[in-house]
Amino acid sequence: MTKSLPQIETRDEDGTQVLRLLGAVTVEGLPGLDRAFRDVSAAQPVRIEFGEVSRVDTAGAHLVARLRARLEAEGQRVTLEGASAQTAALIDTVAAAEPVAETEPVPERGIRTRIAGIGARVAGGAAFAAELLAMLGLVLSRLARVLVRPREFRLTALVHHCEAVGVQAVPIVALMAFLIGIVLAFQGATQLRQFGAEVFVVDLIAISILRELGVLLTSIIVAGRTASAFTAAIGSMKMREEIDAMRTLGLDPAMMLFVPRVLALLLMLPILALIANAAGIVGGGLMAWLSLGISPPMFATRLVESTDVANYVIGIVKAPVFAVIIGVVGCNAGMRVGGNAESLGRQTSSAVVTAIFAVIVADAVFSVLFAEIGI
Amino acid sequence: MGDTVISVRGLRTQFGAQVVHDGLDLDVTRGEILGVVGGSGTGKSVLLRTIVGLNAAREGTIEVLGSSVPARSKAERERLEGRIGVMFQDGALFSSLTVRENVEVPLRRIAGLAPKTQSELADLKISMSGLPYYAGDKYPSELSGGMRKRAGLARALALDPEIVFLDEPTAGLDPIGAAEFDRLIHGLSRSLGLTVFLVTHDLDTLYAVCDRVAVLAEKRVLVTGTLDQMGRVDHPWVRQYFDGPRARAARAPKEG
Repeated sequence: MTKSLPQIETRDEDGTQVLRLLGAVTVEGLPGLDRAFRDVSAAQPVRIEFGEVSRVDTAGAHLVARLRARLEAEGQRVTLEGASAQTAALIDTVAAAEPVAETEPVPERGIRTRIAGIGARVAGGAAFAAELLAMLGLVLSRLARVLVRPREFRLTALVHHCEAVGVQAVPIVALMAFLIGIVLAFQGATQLRQFGAEVFVVDLIAISILRELGVLLTSIIVAGRTASAFTAAIGSMKMREEIDAMRTLGLDPAMMLFVPRVLALLLMLPILALIANAAGIVGGGLMAWLSLGISPPMFATRLVESTDVANYVIGIVKAPVFAVIIGVVGCNAGMRVGGNAESLGRQTSSAVVTAIFAVIVADAVFSVLFAEIGI
Repeated sequence: MGDTVISVRGLRTQFGAQVVHDGLDLDVTRGEILGVVGGSGTGKSVLLRTIVGLNAAREGTIEVLGSSVPARSKAERERLEGRIGVMFQDGALFSSLTVRENVEVPLRRIAGLAPKTQSELADLKISMSGLPYYAGDKYPSELSGGMRKRAGLARALALDPEIVFLDEPTAGLDPIGAAEFDRLIHGLSRSLGLTVFLVTHDLDTLYAVCDRVAVLAEKRVLVTGTLDQMGRVDHPWVRQYFDGPRARAARAPKEG
């Protein structure tokens, strides 16, 4: 079994082109043979000699069969000489198996198809929004059913998801908020020092973290961590037909999969936001102490005096809404996963992007709303 | 029969404390179709995966086409690549590629092959595996289980390997599809001179295509031989397997 490349010798014999093949006519040597065979003209009859061939595989047989078909189509005679019975049988087998290409319609290109494409994308976007709304409705209706029939509720799953979504996210959320507090205090101090108003750094930290940053940044981190995890878990179950299996067993995927996940987020996100608020203020206080000399007791007094508790309420009130958005987007993307691994990856990344985008849009809506009602 | 292409000596495989094979010996000669049978959990698929180098053996030696497995050097591994083909149970097609692209993947190793020739060869392999022409443009998720298996076979055969390993090729196919697949394997093996290592549960496949059968039991190859010889083996499992009502039914058309 040497991997020697096949050789081809061409000579002219009484008006017949003779192609003498030597060596192994296999797929390894195909590029060279392919080029040589393309140059064979149909001007004369052709004889292919196999006397010195050590081995022929289907790729080699395919080339010979193709050459024979091409020349015969142009009305020239082709003879094979010296081929062993096995080789001849192989060439015939391959020639018989050659697929007949079916021409496929070429898609129309032009302004009409482009406009149609834009329209299809807009319609797709609207359908996606409707899908998200449908998923929200489904989850809400199942949550309502839990109130009526609590026995259908899966408490173990809820606890499990609470741990995955909440407890395990505490370190990253706390660290993130702590660092944000430090950054805010440091940047605020540099600016406020110009006006001799260093002490207002406390108001800056407290209001920005309590009102906006604590809950928003927590939601973004949770969207990245949890929406993708929901999509991956539900999507791989969908891919392996586990969800279809549930349906045939009379189990409701919404009750089994979506409700525990969304409810876990709903319970955990406010707690995570609270932890983020505390860590952010501790970070800010530490930095204020180190760079501005505002001692912790002074910081605490200023915090209590100048910051209305409404700031905290406004921040934390957004958390359940963000939680539902993240959960619904994650579960919905999981259900959109098709039959292959690629769509799982695409839906996972789309879940994260959609969840973060939707959270920020909702935050903007809240800002406008609170500004309108004047708090 | 010709020379030995697969030789396994004293193989021991183990997952944690669970010993799957212990002191397993097996020889496969060129050009034959060997059927490997055994009860569930006797390590048929593990044996296949070990021989193609996907599982590491604890002890023992494996030689495939004169190269040891796992390969000791890069050169040795490259020598073996392309000379064996594996068809996994559900085809194991790359789900992000069409069937034609799947079959082209092994062909990309051949340097200088024109893209047109490459796709022609892929189409040829797809057609030889008994798939219709339009299947080449489909994604694996759009095909039925039987078609996926055929596409997996087309990919395994892309480089005209000398040995193909088939893991339960007919499991999950309807009887007509399974019989067609049996004929396909038998025909390809004879016309291409393939050696086939076939793991199966399907008695019809065994009787229709296999030259020789190896029975896995008690962590080793209990017995090998032709199907006729199997009837005379005095071991409770072998007797039950080859003398049960299903085996008799599978044997009937051959004798009748």
